[in-house]
Amino acid sequence: MTARVPLYGLMAEFADVNHLVAAIRKLRQMGYRRMDAYTPFPVEEVWEELGVHRNMVSFLVFCGGLTGALFGIGLQYWTSVIDYPINVGGRPLFSIPAFVPVTFECTVLFAALTAVLGMLALNGLPAPYHPVFNVPRFALASRDRFFLCVEATDPLFDREGTRRVLESLSPVSVAEVSD
Amino acid sequence: MSAPARDLGPIIGPGHTFETVTDKIAAVVLSETRRGWMLGFGVSFVLLTIFLQCVAVLLVRGIGIWGINIPVGWGFDIINFVWWIGIGHAGTLISAILLLFRQTWRTSINRFAEAMTLFAVACAGLYPILHLGRPWLFYWLLPYPNAMGMWPNFRSPLMWDVFAVSTYATVSALFWFVGLIPDLATLRDRSTSKVGRIIYGILAMGWRGSARHWNRYETAYLLLAGLSTPLVVSVHSVVSFDFAVGIIPGWHATIFPPYFVAGAIYAGFAMVLTLTIPLRVYYGLEDFITMRHINYMARVMLATGLVVAYGYMMEIFMAWYSGNPFESFMVENRLTGPYRTLYFALILTNVIIPQLLWFQRVRTNIPLLFMVAMSINIGMWLERYVIIVVSLHRDFLPSSWGMYAGTIYDYGTFIGTIGLFLTLLFLFIRLLPMISIFEMRTLLPEAKVKEKHA
Repeated sequence: MTARVPLYGLMAEFADVNHLVAAIRKLRQMGYRRMDAYTPFPVEEVWEELGVHRNMVSFLVFCGGLTGALFGIGLQYWTSVIDYPINVGGRPLFSIPAFVPVTFECTVLFAALTAVLGMLALNGLPAPYHPVFNVPRFALASRDRFFLCVEATDPLFDREGTRRVLESLSPVSVAEVSD
Repeated sequence: MSAPARDLGPIIGPGHTFETVTDKIAAVVLSETRRGWMLGFGVSFVLLTIFLQCVAVLLVRGIGIWGINIPVGWGFDIINFVWWIGIGHAGTLISAILLLFRQTWRTSINRFAEAMTLFAVACAGLYPILHLGRPWLFYWLLPYPNAMGMWPNFRSPLMWDVFAVSTYATVSALFWFVGLIPDLATLRDRSTSKVGRIIYGILAMGWRGSARHWNRYETAYLLLAGLSTPLVVSVHSVVSFDFAVGIIPGWHATIFPPYFVAGAIYAGFAMVLTLTIPLRVYYGLEDFITMRHINYMARVMLATGLVVAYGYMMEIFMAWYSGNPFESFMVENRLTGPYRTLYFALILTNVIIPQLLWFQRVRTNIPLLFMVAMSINIGMWLERYVIIVVSLHRDFLPSSWGMYAGTIYDYGTFIGTIGLFLTLLFLFIRLLPMISIFEMRTLLPEAKVKEKHA
């Protein structure tokens, strides 16, 4: 225990989501800011307590969809009007109604790709390594347990003091996360 | 998330916790291979080899081995294309539209239905490519700068199909994979074999369930659902344009897009039921796929089936009301022509038998419901047969009339794609969780934060 390995943070394990939410609130009130919660499913209350609200995904998807629409209509305009015009019975070269399906499909395709790739990029995935996986019990985060990790970079972080605070919040266990 | 529990029983069996839900669904993947699975996979694989043989002969001898001829240039391949792509639609409907409507009962069946979508679209996509005659040149359909200096014709519904089907396949795959990421992390953490941990670990991409990640994840997932919803409608509408934009009597109808979309959802739900009913018994998943789910799916089938029946009525009505002699002849030919038996079989299997679903007793009777679902599977195939073959074989000029029948290669290819579909499905069941584990956790009462916010 006394060997001082570089520390990423301290991690408390909770048996249910209510304790986790209460713990985050308590730590936020005490002034801790650099922490993250790990849950087996999305919990809105946890985001609220952590102050996680807005994200960039919707905006990126909007931009992706717009790009797709412009790409779709641009592709059809360029190929059918400029590069390879075919006069079919005097019909307009820029036949907007006929170009709606492809434009729509391009919009959806670009927006969906942006949603997935954007979400992964903003989340920093794929991540081959992350310190929290060094805690053996963390495997339960994908099953039934709720974890709260206070990171060592927090100005209020103190190895002994923070551990005492975490232990007062009725966790199942508190573990050190080596970096 | 609200969990309505009125008169139809629960959407998840009693006594479950986060552990039991996780372990029970993951156990299907992580346990030893069962003999029944081996048998099913083996039979499917044999069917798949039939497909490979038919395709090999096709590549050597060309599409002359099929029954298509000059009035009926679209035969089994396009029938099966539309049939398969229709089956796919229930998956996206369940996962996207029901998610947007906050229908929590979708959770038990969405993963499975999405996989069904992907595999059905894969089977569907093969047909137009094989139909090209020289399938290895299929990339000519794509707009790419080429030495011939030519571009595809974007005014053609067949070109719209290329975009619609490939976008649909891509977006369905993305939606399915994004839904899988947290469950892949569960499998990574639960797997006892090293190979399993490595493979699931790579696929999970280091997912750790961080609150910030979940926040973006939920936004992305919801947006994908929102994007897939109009996509479902557009894909089958575009497929219907392949017909409706033509001038053949029996095809040239404005009812086609809504009627095709309803038919797709009808066929898709029938296939979901056909597959779910045996699976839930075999893997003991009755707690997760409850009678309530089955009942709801039966109701969706009844509703969409009525829309389809309305479509059949409208075809007849419009033929009479338009006063167009070719349209009237088309209807008369359907009802009394050489393929009349198929038309009446279609009405029986797709309209009359499904009326049994009005009765609660039928909707909760598993064997009977399975038979109704099978009847719809057959009926929807017959519907495409009637639309394609019966419309084409007698058009405007009696001198160009002809008859059509599938050859052994047509049947072989059809059975073969069923084999491909089932092979992929068996592999999916064995290798990936067929029910979304993390979403099942959110349905449990313990998932709710109880205290009020100050």
